Amino acid sequence: MNPPEDKPATPTAEPRTRSPLLVMRGIAKEFYGVRVLKGVDLECEAGEVHAIVGENGAGKSTLMKILAGAYTPTEGEVLIDGEPVRCTHPLDGQQAGVSIIYQEFNLLPDRTVAENIYLGREPRRGILVDRHKMEDDAAALLDQLSPDDPISPREMVGTLAVSKQQTVEIAKALSVDSKIVVMDEPTAALAAHEVERLFAQIRRLKERGIAVLYISHRLKEIFEIAERITVLKDGEKVATVNTGDVTAPQLVRMMVGRELDQYFPERAKPEAIGDVRLRLKGCGNDFLAGIDLEVRAGEILGIAGLQGSGRTELARAIFGDDPFTTGTFELDGKERHIHSPGQAVAAGIGFVTEDRKAEGLALSQSVRDNVALAWRGLRRAVRREHKLRTADLVKAVELRYRNLGQEVRFLSGGNQQKVVLAKWLATEPRLLIFDEPTRGIDVGAKAGIHDLIRGLANEGVAVVLISSELPEVIGMSDRIVVMRQGEIAGEVGPGASEAEIMFLATGERDIAADAASPAAPEEGA
Amino acid sequence: MSMPSAPAPTELEPSRGSQAAGAALAWLRGVPVVWLVLAVLLVWLSVESSVFATPEGILAYLKRSAPIAILAIGAYFVLASGEFDLSVGSLVTVTVVVAAKLSDGDPSNTYPVIAVLFAIGIAVGLFNGFCTTILRVPSFIVTLAMLLILNGLVFLWTNGAPTGALADNFREFGRKGIEGIPWLDELPYSVIVLFVVAGFAVWLARGGFGRRVLAVGDNDRAAALSGISVTRVRIAAFVLSATSAVIAAILLGGFAGVTAQVGQGLEFQAITAAVLGGTVLGGGRGSVMGAVGGALVLQALFQLLNLYSVENAVEQTVTGLLIIGAVSLAAFRTRSG
Amino acid sequence: MSRVADRPRVQVNTGSARNFVADSLAAITRTTSGPVYLVLVGVFFACLIAVAIHGGEFLTGEAIKEMLVRSVALGIVAVGMTLVILGASLDLSVAYVVSLASIIAAEVMDDATGNILIGIVAVIGFGALVGLVNGLVITKLRVNPFIATLGVALIIRGIIESRYQGTVTGVPEGFQKLGYDDLGPIPLSVVLLFAVVALGWFILRYTRFGNRLYAVGGNEEVAKLSGVRTHRVLIGAHVLCAMAAALTGLFLASRLGAGSPTVGPEGGYDLEAIAAVVLGGTYLLGGRGGVLGTIAGVLILAMLDHTFNELEVNAFAKDVARGLIIIAAVAAYSIRWRRRKRAEAVADGPGDSGTGGTLQPQEAGAG
Repeated sequence: MNPPEDKPATPTAEPRTRSPLLVMRGIAKEFYGVRVLKGVDLECEAGEVHAIVGENGAGKSTLMKILAGAYTPTEGEVLIDGEPVRCTHPLDGQQAGVSIIYQEFNLLPDRTVAENIYLGREPRRGILVDRHKMEDDAAALLDQLSPDDPISPREMVGTLAVSKQQTVEIAKALSVDSKIVVMDEPTAALAAHEVERLFAQIRRLKERGIAVLYISHRLKEIFEIAERITVLKDGEKVATVNTGDVTAPQLVRMMVGRELDQYFPERAKPEAIGDVRLRLKGCGNDFLAGIDLEVRAGEILGIAGLQGSGRTELARAIFGDDPFTTGTFELDGKERHIHSPGQAVAAGIGFVTEDRKAEGLALSQSVRDNVALAWRGLRRAVRREHKLRTADLVKAVELRYRNLGQEVRFLSGGNQQKVVLAKWLATEPRLLIFDEPTRGIDVGAKAGIHDLIRGLANEGVAVVLISSELPEVIGMSDRIVVMRQGEIAGEVGPGASEAEIMFLATGERDIAADAASPAAPEEGA
Repeated sequence: MSMPSAPAPTELEPSRGSQAAGAALAWLRGVPVVWLVLAVLLVWLSVESSVFATPEGILAYLKRSAPIAILAIGAYFVLASGEFDLSVGSLVTVTVVVAAKLSDGDPSNTYPVIAVLFAIGIAVGLFNGFCTTILRVPSFIVTLAMLLILNGLVFLWTNGAPTGALADNFREFGRKGIEGIPWLDELPYSVIVLFVVAGFAVWLARGGFGRRVLAVGDNDRAAALSGISVTRVRIAAFVLSATSAVIAAILLGGFAGVTAQVGQGLEFQAITAAVLGGTVLGGGRGSVMGAVGGALVLQALFQLLNLYSVENAVEQTVTGLLIIGAVSLAAFRTRSG
Repeated sequence: MSRVADRPRVQVNTGSARNFVADSLAAITRTTSGPVYLVLVGVFFACLIAVAIHGGEFLTGEAIKEMLVRSVALGIVAVGMTLVILGASLDLSVAYVVSLASIIAAEVMDDATGNILIGIVAVIGFGALVGLVNGLVITKLRVNPFIATLGVALIIRGIIESRYQGTVTGVPEGFQKLGYDDLGPIPLSVVLLFAVVALGWFILRYTRFGNRLYAVGGNEEVAKLSGVRTHRVLIGAHVLCAMAAALTGLFLASRLGAGSPTVGPEGGYDLEAIAAVVLGGTYLLGGRGGVLGTIAGVLILAMLDHTFNELEVNAFAKDVARGLIIIAAVAAYSIRWRRRKRAEAVADGPGDSGTGGTLQPQEAGAG
C-alpha cells in the first residue's frame, strides 16, 4: 500500500502570544565532545500542553533535563516569564518554577504520601513539624488532582499503584507552585484507564495555567492531549506543529527518515549464512511473552524497538541473567537450559552489555585483566584449548592504549568498548549479543566497531544487535525483529525503511492504514 | 616539576647530581607508601635500639610480625573481594583454646589436633561465605555475629577458663626454629611459615583466582555478567581468611600462650595492615605484599612504642587513629586520583 | 474510607490534646514494625512455657521487674542506634562510650552530691563530642561508618585502658538511687527508659530532623534533590546515638555505684543494640523502621536472657544464640526485601535502555 500523499509543506505553528511562559533559545549540549543537542528552540505558553517527540537519542530527555536544571547547557538561554534563568542544580530549576517527573519517580517508598510531598519543606508549628497541616495540605492537593479516586495522605507510597504514585509526583510539583511541569514518558508503565486518569490531571493543571511539557513516543496519546508538538531529530528541532494540522504518519516521517550518509560494512550474502544457531520457541518470563526467534550462524539479527519494549530483557534472558521460565531454547539444535551467565559463557554465548562501565568492565583493573575477565571463568579444559593471547586480541580490535597494565578507567569510551569486545572475543563465542554497542562513542570509533561486528559474523558467529539508532540497525542487520511491550511485533527484511520499523515499534500501523483519508486522527483504542 | 624542554643557549646543562636526584625522586614516587613508611620506622628502630639491627634482632621482629602478617594476608583476600571478616580474632582464640583442650599436653595429639583445627577454620569460613552470598546478609553483620558465636562457643565448652595445655611440639611452631644455620642462632619456624604462606598467597593472587577476586570486588555485576561465579569467589576468600586465622593461631599459641584474650582485636589489626598496604575497603584494589608490609609497619610501630615505654593500652588508640587515617587517605586519593 | 471530598476541611489544632493522642495512637498501630510484635508475643509464650516446664519464675512481679530493668541499659543504647541505622549508618563505638561515660560520671561527681548535675552535663557532653567526631569522620573524611566508628572505639578503648585498671569510685549515694529507686510500683530506671523511647519516637515523628533522617537513609539522592542537608542530618543522628550511649553509662554508674572500664564491652552493647534494632524491623540499609520496633526487640532479648537464666543455661550459650538470631533476622528481612523489589520491578515492566529518573552521570546518553 502506498503511503498517503503528504501535505505540500509541514506547517509550523505560529507563536500565540507575544510573551510565552517558556522560551528556550539556541540550546546546545555537548558531552565529551559529542554534540547531543545542536541549537534547539522551544516555546511554550502558560496552560499549554506541549508534546516533544523523537526517536531514542534525538535529545528529548537532554533538552528537558537542561530545563529542569539537571544539566547545564553548553550554549543557549532559557527564559521563564521573560526572565533569563540559569540553573546549575535541580533545586535551581525548582525555584525557577520547573518540576520534572521522571519515569523512575523520586519518591521514598517507605514514607507516606504527605511526607514525600513535603520533604524538605515540612510545615512547622513552632519548632515541631505540623503533621496535621502537612496531611491536610497534601489532601487538598490530591483532592484537586484526583477527586474521584481519593488518595489518603497517610498511605505509604510504596503500596500505591504506579498511577497513583505519579499523582503524588504531580502533587509535589503543585506544592512548590511550579509553573512548568515536565513529564518524561509518563505513560510507559500505565494501563489504558490509568492514562485517562493522567490526562484528567493534566487538564486540571492546564486550568491553573501550568504549562505541561510531555515527552512521549505514543502518538495516539499525544494527539489526544497536546496542543502543539515539537519534533526533534538527531539533536535538532525539525518542526513545531499544531496538533490539528498534522497526521501521525507525517509525524513519524519527521521523526525518522534521513539520508543514509553513514556507510556500513556489506551485508552477508545469503550463501554465507549458515544453520540455525539459536532457536527460541514460545519463550517467556516475567517481562517477555511468546518469543519465537531464530538466529543463524553468520548473520546479524537486528532487534529494534522503543524504550521499554523488552529488548534488553530478551538479551538478558538468552544470556541467563534473568532466564526464560517457559518455552524451548535450542543451541545448535540441542535443547539447553541456560540459567546463569556462567552457563551461557560455557555454552559459547557472549553479551556486550548496554552500560559498559557498570556492567562490562572492572574499571580499576588493567586492560589485560579486563580482557581476560570472561576467559578466566571458563573451565580449565576449555582454557587450555584456546589460550589467551591478549596482545593479538587487542590488536584485532585496534585498541589504542598505553600499555596492557593501564587501568581501563583511563581509556576513552570507544576504547573501553573495544576492551569489552576483546573480552568476548577471548571466549570464542558462537553467539554474541550486542546491546547498544556504539552508544556514547564518536563517529570514527563507531565505524571500527561496525567493521568488527561484521567481521565476526563473517567468521560464522551468530550476532544479535540491539540498537536504538535506526540507521545502525538497518545498515548492519541482515534481518530485523521489532519488539513492542515485551513481545515481538514483527519482522522486516534488510534495507527496510525507518518508518516501517517505527510503525511496528509504536503500533501505529493502524493509523498508517487509515491515513488514506487525510481526516483527523482516529480516537480510542 | 618538569625539566626545561630545551635549555636556552646561555643556560648550563642541569648538573648530573640534580639529574640523579630527579630520577631518584621519580622512582620514589612509584614505590607504594607502605614501604617508605616501613623504611623510616626500621631506621628509627635501629637507631634507638642497638639490638634491633642485628640478625637476631631482625629475626625476632619478623617472628613477632608473622601472625599478624598472615592474618593480614587473609584479610586482603576478603577485602579485595568487597567484603569484611571480623571473626578472625575470635577464631584465633577459639583455635588456641580448642587446641589446648584437645591436646591436653600430649605431643602425640598435636598433628591430629592441627587437622581438627583446620577443619574448624574451613567450616567457619564456609559458614561466613554462605551467609554472605546465599543469604545475602551483609558480611560485617555475619562476621560480627560469628565473632559472638565463636566467643560463646569457646567459653561454653571451657566454662569460662581455658583448660588443658598445648603440647611441647605444638608450641615449637611459634617458639623455636631450625637451628645450626650459619650466622644465625636459629631460623624461627614462624618466619618460614610466613614466607611459605606469603609465597603461596602471592602465587594465588597473581593467578586466575586472584584476578577474579579483584574483579568481583571492583564490580561484581560486571564479573557476574562475564560468567564468573561471584558466590564461589567470595566463599573461597572467606575460607582463606579463616585458614589464615588458624595458622596465625598455631604460631600465637606457641609464643603468646593460651589465654582467653589471645585473639582480641586482631581482626582490626589485620584490616588496618591490609589498608595500610594499599587494599581498598570495598574491593578491587590491593596486594598481598602490601598487606604484609602493613603488618610489618604495625609491628615496627608497636615495638617503637614499647621502646619508649608507652603502655600497651595506647596500642589500641594508635591502631584506631591509624585505621581512620589510612582509610580516609585512601578515600581521598581515590576521589582526586 | 470516606471520600476525601466529603471530609470536612477543618484545620485541626495540634494543640488539642485529645486529637494529638488519637493521632499518635493511630500512628503507632500503623507502624511498620507490626510483625515484631507478633514475634514478641510468640517469644513470650515460648519462654513462659519453657520456664514453667523447668520450674522458675516468669510471670511474677519480681521476674517482670528484673526483665524490665535488664532492658533499660540496652534499650537506651538501642534507641540511639535506631536513629543511626535509619540514616543508613552504624555506630560501633557505643560500648566503649558506655564504659568511659560511667568512669567520667564517677570522676566528675567525686562523691559529692552537689556535683551530680555537673557530672550529668559532663557525661552527656562527652557523648555529644564522640558523636560529633563519628559524624564528621563519616561525612567529611568520607570513611565507611563501620571503620570510622570502630576506629573511634579503639581510640576510646586506648584511653580507658591506659588510665583505668579497675572500677572507679566516686558515685555519690544520691545518684545511686536512680538505679534502684521506684516511682510507685515502677522502677525509676524503667521510667527513664520509657522517657527515652518516647523522646526518640517524638523526634522521629514530629521534628524536621527526624523526618529528614528517614529520607537520608532511604535514598540520599532523593533527599538531596529535595534540599535536605544530608551531612548535617547524619551528624545529628550520630550525636544523638552517642549521647544515648553516654546516658546508659550514667545509668550503669548509678547501678554499680562506680564507673567501670569494662562494663560496655562486657555487656556487648554494640552488637546487642544492633540485634535489637534489626529484630525490631528497622532496615539495616536505612529509611524504614522506628524505635517502637526496637523496644520490642529489646524486650525479646530480655525475655530470652531471663529464660536462659532460669533454665540455667550456660551464660555463653546466650552469645551463641544471639549471634544466630542476628543472622537469621537479617537474612529473613533481606529475603523479604528482595522479594518486594523483584515484585516492583516486574510490575513496572521491562526497563530496557532507559536513562532513568534521578540524576545520571553526565554521559552522552539516549535523549
